Amino acid sequence: MAQATTTVTINPLLQQNIKTRKPASLWRDAWRRLFRNRGSVVGLIIVGFFFFVAIFAPVLAPHNPQEMFPGKSYEGPVWETGNSQFILGTDSIGRDVLSRVIYGARTSLAVGFIPLGVILLIGMTIGMVAGYFGGRTDNLLMRLTDIVYAFPDILFFIIMITALRDTWIGQLLNGMVLLFVALALVTWVTVARLMRGQVLAVKERDYVEAARSIGSSNGRIMLRHILPNSLAPIIVAAAFIVPASILAEAILGYLGIGIRPTTDPNAWFPTSWGTLLLDGRVALQSQVWLLIAPAVCIATIMLAFTFIGDGLRDALDPMMKGRM
Amino acid sequence: MTGYLIRRILWMIPTLFVVIFITFVIMHATPGGPWDVSPDSRTSDPRVQEALNRAYGLDKPLFFNPEAAQKAQAAGKNPLEVAQAYFDGQFGNYFANLAKGDLGPSYRFRGRRVQDVIAEAPSGKPFYQSRFGTTVFLGVLAMLIALVIGFPLGLIAGLKQNTLVDNGSLLIATIGYGIPSFVLGIFFIFVFAVWLKWINVLEFDYWERWQAWALPALTLAIPTGAYIARLTRSSVIEVMRQDYIRTAHAKGLPERLVIFRHIVRNSMIPVVTFIGPALAGLVTGSFIIESQFSVNGIGRLFVESINRRDYTMILALTIIYAVLVAFANLAVDIVYGFLDPRIKVGGGKA
Repeated sequence: MAQATTTVTINPLLQQNIKTRKPASLWRDAWRRLFRNRGSVVGLIIVGFFFFVAIFAPVLAPHNPQEMFPGKSYEGPVWETGNSQFILGTDSIGRDVLSRVIYGARTSLAVGFIPLGVILLIGMTIGMVAGYFGGRTDNLLMRLTDIVYAFPDILFFIIMITALRDTWIGQLLNGMVLLFVALALVTWVTVARLMRGQVLAVKERDYVEAARSIGSSNGRIMLRHILPNSLAPIIVAAAFIVPASILAEAILGYLGIGIRPTTDPNAWFPTSWGTLLLDGRVALQSQVWLLIAPAVCIATIMLAFTFIGDGLRDALDPMMKGRM
Repeated sequence: MTGYLIRRILWMIPTLFVVIFITFVIMHATPGGPWDVSPDSRTSDPRVQEALNRAYGLDKPLFFNPEAAQKAQAAGKNPLEVAQAYFDGQFGNYFANLAKGDLGPSYRFRGRRVQDVIAEAPSGKPFYQSRFGTTVFLGVLAMLIALVIGFPLGLIAGLKQNTLVDNGSLLIATIGYGIPSFVLGIFFIFVFAVWLKWINVLEFDYWERWQAWALPALTLAIPTGAYIARLTRSSVIEVMRQDYIRTAHAKGLPERLVIFRHIVRNSMIPVVTFIGPALAGLVTGSFIIESQFSVNGIGRLFVESINRRDYTMILALTIIYAVLVAFANLAVDIVYGFLDPRIKVGGGKA
């Protein structure tokens, strides 16, 4: 938008050049602004690093996270013991802390990103329908929102997981499925509400009116006109939903109701940072790194997402730049 | 405005009813009962369990009791009594007691009512030293710290926009806001308890050692304070662009007066509206901090109740939290209407 004013006096030689350049769309602009923001680039690099660690965990981890080394419990880190077998030491039953922390990244990223897809799909669909058609759907949605907002999120997760932990759904994938369901159940409402507000604003615009006047169907108007124009705040919200989910998992783990402990050496999600924090809290006096390492990881990833979220907000909504 | 308020308050009743209903259903969907000594196994004698169930009314059906209704009908009772018998289930009884302010018996603190455990101070102590009072005190203390740290930081950053001071404050605020408070708590415990050995995070009475409050309150306050700093900064920047600030400068008002009389006052609006939900967030969000630092408040009680499966306690605390949040949200709307007359809260569907 800001770049469009340079074509007033044009060197004919340059003209061709300019014509072949793609017009700077809103999204392109946003990308550029995002990558110019130092904070968000750092954030993206950190998250990218954690993704790398999570995906290549089996290669990167020096030991299997479930492997117990008898007689080696509460080994100190390498700079205290000089034993480079366990870089960050071992836990109460002789498992390698570093390997467990590396595998914890998997759990955290899975908890952050997998439910997000469901949340966005459900939230955006319902928000769109409610905002576009109004009426009873809209009313029902708003009442539902009132109820979900009355629950402090984390308490809702806690009671749901406490209640359903021992049922069959709580056993799937060491309890990850239940965690996803609980997160999705609470969070979709936020997205739906945001989407509804956006749709209400966008559907009054002239281009929607124009589309309707040439006989576009409701579905086409919703998908081609309203959806792309309501996306920006949803993307920003998504950047805050991911760390909120990661944090929720960490809190639940720390309270001892996170993912279920497993002994399966091939488990995809053998442990999580929250669970490690709990182990570390218990072993505070004997093995500090069991507590510090996952705490540092959580703090880093949360910070990274905060920077990305801020950067996204500035990039997608230049009017809001410098605010909040 | 009044009509809107009344409507909002009336809406809270069905909302809270549904919250209670959902919590109740979830808590009763739990496999294993309140009498299990260990969460994983039933170890108490079945006859003892039966007696306990009868004593606490847990032998009744969850919602409706058609059997009792039929019995009442056969006995020739009037329709009201029949209806009463029909709703003589666990939920109906819980709800009826709730309406009378009775949150039911605690399953773990044997012989005590839930509301007494929550709101009664230990014997011989003043009333504010109850668990609820402790949590509220911690929340208010954290709120004050957050304001004292956050507002000046945001103000200075906003006034010196795009300088080193601004960037530095913004970075500090973003870090403080990004790191969750319970992770901060872990770092604090590590630094002060393990490393410096200044404190021992063991059981003691916070009301007898006032210095002890500092650490949990600070831990709780930092993210909120950082958020307030960011909020203030953006608000100050917005206010400084306004015409009345230019006017104030133009008429030669000293900088100090411009700042204190015009900028500070106007940039406080979003901060003031944030206090309500922030306080609710601090009070409801402190449970993990309370367990970390062994503060004897309702948050810690909540965590302990989960592990001990004290259903009535969990139910009651969820309700208390939901009520707090509902009132905080209401307070925002009201305060907003007062502070900024341009915002019409009554109009349209909110």
